[in-house]
Amino acid sequence: MQRTYKKYGWMFVLPTLIAFTIGFIIPFIEGLYLSFCQFTTVGNAVFNGFSNYIAAFTDASFLRSAGFTVLVAAVNVILINVLAFALALALTQKLKGTNFFRTVFFMPNLIGGIVLGYIWQILINCVLALVGQPLLKLNATAGYWGIIILMCWQQIGYMMIIYIAGLQNVPDDLVEAAKIDGATDWQILWKIKIPMMMPSITICVFLTLTNSFKLFDQNLALTNGDPNHMTDMLALNIYQTFYARAGKAWKGIGQAKAVIFSIVVVLISFWQLKTTRSKEVQQ
Amino acid sequence: MKDKKKLTRMLLVGLLIILACAWIYPIVMILINSLKLESAISTNTTFDMVNGETYAGLENYSKAFSSFGFMQSLGYSLFITVTSVAAIIILCSMCAWYITRVHSKLNSFLYYLFVFSMVVPFQMVMFTLSQTADMLKLNNPFNLWIIYLGFGAGLAVFMFAGFVKSIPLEIEEAALIDGCTPLQTFFKVVVPILKPTMVSVAILQAMWVWNDYLLPTLVLDITKYKTIPMLIQYFRGSYGQVEMGPMMASIMLTIIPVVIVYIFGQKHIIKGVAAGAVKG
Repeated sequence: MQRTYKKYGWMFVLPTLIAFTIGFIIPFIEGLYLSFCQFTTVGNAVFNGFSNYIAAFTDASFLRSAGFTVLVAAVNVILINVLAFALALALTQKLKGTNFFRTVFFMPNLIGGIVLGYIWQILINCVLALVGQPLLKLNATAGYWGIIILMCWQQIGYMMIIYIAGLQNVPDDLVEAAKIDGATDWQILWKIKIPMMMPSITICVFLTLTNSFKLFDQNLALTNGDPNHMTDMLALNIYQTFYARAGKAWKGIGQAKAVIFSIVVVLISFWQLKTTRSKEVQQ
Repeated sequence: MKDKKKLTRMLLVGLLIILACAWIYPIVMILINSLKLESAISTNTTFDMVNGETYAGLENYSKAFSSFGFMQSLGYSLFITVTSVAAIIILCSMCAWYITRVHSKLNSFLYYLFVFSMVVPFQMVMFTLSQTADMLKLNNPFNLWIIYLGFGAGLAVFMFAGFVKSIPLEIEEAALIDGCTPLQTFFKVVVPILKPTMVSVAILQAMWVWNDYLLPTLVLDITKYKTIPMLIQYFRGSYGQVEMGPMMASIMLTIIPVVIVYIFGQKHIIKGVAAGAVKG
């Protein structure tokens, strides 16, 4: 069977592989190489060793945006997962209107980050104006919480769907047995439901963590880094290093930042998957 | 005891209703403002209800249709989404099936490469990708699906491969013995089994491509082609000079088709998202 398939292999793999080469492999390798060069286009690259990396690590704006990203990601991961889990618990109690609530909470996911950012900018600015605070353009604290509220509003529904699917997979007989043994609802939640749901938790933490680190559209549309780049996240900082700064050194530095950013995201993702996977129980 | 339980359930429903209102409110707010006269829209009065004095009818909507190039952008967005998603579900399922079924070092290397590409942030390749696309003349809406196929392949191959592993080999063996070529086996035997996964992948990819902002901005020639997210961001950039009414109306116009699709297909969409996550 393998041999018959092999003759036709190119037919199955080649179309995707060609597009993947154009869309990912070539740009990735080129990007890796260019992070060691000074360039303004791919054609005029001149090798300059590690100086881009040194410049990236000594760029205060890069370090600040990294700190800001970590702050956003940490709060996001906790808030979104706790709230989404709570909603999933509420929506698996066979209440009236469960379907309607599920539909409503998931809806923001279908709207793109740019449009969401714009809607929330209008909303938050109005709130700020009514309580006499400076608008988002001049208010970094509001920008920080704005990003968090926006992300919660968008992503809680998505994670809730995954948690509901996980809760429905917890075998009823386990819960029944615990009830007969006299366990309280609280004990059932901590001792049975949560351990049985570790695969869902792994996935949701993974998604919220990587989404927060890679966040770009919402950041651009909501605050665009205002005031004075105080609310830049890493992805936006890299984008601006490439496209908003004059001088031929910046593209190389931007590419070096992108490499550092990629390494950080890949390492965090695999570390997170490994630690939460190890807590999963065998069914 | 029973009454107490009933009460907590009612309280829970009440809480959920309040939350649902909070979830819908931002969109209702834009809808209300899109019906106001230009002079009535300002930061301080965003929350005010529209009334007889400030009601502008559908004027903002007709302006949005006529002056913003909205229809053209809608067309581009639709075309790009449909071609990209179609290419991804057909070609990536073929690729995933082959690399899961035929065991070789090269195939498992490819699989891990696809998984790796899923995690790498777009910023890593954004500059070089836009230059490659320019060079290969992929910088127009008609060829953009090739880029999306390449960049979306990671997630799609990963999800399809996860599912193919659970299909019993015997079915395909039977088809081969009955004289099917591998292509026939795939399209007549494997694809029908893969259908639910295809729906999941199609939904996830469509949500991504339709809403994607940065990739088309960097790859397409922005002076000639704008997708819907690009159009919104482009007009937002000229904040202050742009009329807010038509702006709000065009936001509503971008949301409405999505919400309609969602209401009709919500069962599939929600199932698709849940299934997509479990595979991961």
